[in-house]
Amino acid sequence: MNQNQALFEYLLRLGDSDMVLAQRLCELVGKAPALEEEMAIGNVALDLIGQARSWLEYAAELEDAGRSADDLAFTRDERAYRNLLLVEQDNGNFADTMARQFLFDLWHYHLLSALSQSSDERIVAIAAKGLKEVTYHLRRSGNWIKRLGDGTEESHAKMQEAIDEIWTYAGEMFIADEVDSLLADAGIAPDLNALQQKWQSDLTTTLEEATLACPPMDAFMQTGSKQGMHTEQLGYLLAEMQFLPRSFPGASW
Amino acid sequence: MYAQLVDTGAKRLKTLEEMSPEERAFQEKIDADIKIEPKNWMPEGYRRTLIRQISQHAHSEIVGMLPEKNWLTRAPNFKRKLQLLAKIQDEGGHGLYLYSAMETLGADRDEEVAKLHSGEVKYSSIFNYPALSWADMGTIGWLVDGAAIVNQVVLQRTSYGPYSRAMIRICKEESFHQRQGYQILLDMMRNGNEEQKAMVQDSINRFWWPALMMFGPHDSDSPNTAQSMAWKIKRMTNDDLRQRFIDQTVPQLEYLGCTAPDPDLKWNEERGHYDFGEIDWKEFYDVVKGNGPCNRDRLRTRRKAIEEGSWVREAASAYAAKQKQKNAAA
Repeated sequence: MNQNQALFEYLLRLGDSDMVLAQRLCELVGKAPALEEEMAIGNVALDLIGQARSWLEYAAELEDAGRSADDLAFTRDERAYRNLLLVEQDNGNFADTMARQFLFDLWHYHLLSALSQSSDERIVAIAAKGLKEVTYHLRRSGNWIKRLGDGTEESHAKMQEAIDEIWTYAGEMFIADEVDSLLADAGIAPDLNALQQKWQSDLTTTLEEATLACPPMDAFMQTGSKQGMHTEQLGYLLAEMQFLPRSFPGASW
Repeated sequence: MYAQLVDTGAKRLKTLEEMSPEERAFQEKIDADIKIEPKNWMPEGYRRTLIRQISQHAHSEIVGMLPEKNWLTRAPNFKRKLQLLAKIQDEGGHGLYLYSAMETLGADRDEEVAKLHSGEVKYSSIFNYPALSWADMGTIGWLVDGAAIVNQVVLQRTSYGPYSRAMIRICKEESFHQRQGYQILLDMMRNGNEEQKAMVQDSINRFWWPALMMFGPHDSDSPNTAQSMAWKIKRMTNDDLRQRFIDQTVPQLEYLGCTAPDPDLKWNEERGHYDFGEIDWKEFYDVVKGNGPCNRDRLRTRRKAIEEGSWVREAASAYAAKQKQKNAAA
């Protein structure tokens, strides 16, 4: 694998995670617990779709095979998708949605901070812009973890269960493969161990404030997304999202 | 024009002589086009009518997000997905903005939303029609937002200050939505294949009449119009607004290369307006009474969101109370 191939693969991972999480958030329109939350969820989704587009545009240019960012997002099959298992998980209740969001935002925040120092200028530009948005995403989801964790007895129980349930999908983002190592060596992408330490430290602080227990860091963690091995939930999500381009191949909208 | 059949509670207009000194001063202010502001005295009927109208408008913005959500998760590319989500966000913002305007009249948002959920108050009949194809995202923007704009442009001059200012802001965004919607259809008609073109025509066929119904019953069947016009809550009658909308829209329809499902639609040189066929009023009242294709779904979705979110809102209040206590102790 050369550096360009690794970078292409890496950009898919970034773009796909943003896109799949945004799609999950789009499903929530009309279902939020308050109108203000409806707006917040939509804003986060808008940011993530924008970021996904930037990553996939870069990926498409790098690949130089006549595929556009739209082609990459709206025609690739499940096995070719590279998003984290974490983000494809169902919305569940509001605590589940927020647990997923917070674990992702915290990773996303530290990742984009690191990528703002990348040796690749295009990555720096996209990451720096995204970081401003994600700083807000993280503040919001962190606040909800605290509100629900230290709210009522019922919300505490739901929040704890949500964290415990999704935990097995949180480890994957720190397990490096050949792509990660190659790009880390080239100064393009960050070292995942360093990222994990920051993530863990912030997570522990927030959960403590939220009066929630942090599940064991050495728990068994599901993996597979980097090889396109997903949970069964992704196929349905993509079938819906890709319905039009797949039903009308070649049509322009 | 997200408000239909708004009841004023008045059977007939009072003459100036019949009015109390306060009422007379109020009416003279209205007649002089001076805006009424929240702290000014106003007749109870004026206040109640405005609450009904503004809340109905706000509810329509919120319920109106649902048909679009039906295609948000299936938008065909990045550009369209971003546009549609931004539009839905704008509608949520309009809802919030209108609820705030309504609260300046002493109404409570939660109470008014509860009335929506119990079926006591309505939202625009148009949102009880299903969005069945991607072309509907274009048609809703073009025809539905288009009809809303015709009404709201006039409402920028409505007598109640906060409502008038809300309308000015909302109109700017709605015009943008309308152009985006039209562009979706135009792109499909210009660059699309036969299936896509058929999708556009089918969508127009389904939304044409319901869009005309948005303006409400004929003037002869609108007992509340006279009082609303005297108070300048309404500035033009239903039939006049409907005619204005049709006159504006038909050239756009022709430019698109599509037709309306109305054999009687034709230019009348003498009147200087388009003639058009009779609306199926039975359908209109059926939908208003709750028997449209989507009435049950729409309300169930809204109710469910609020009911299922109650533990979240309770948690947020409990947390805020704890924080306040902590801060006080510190």
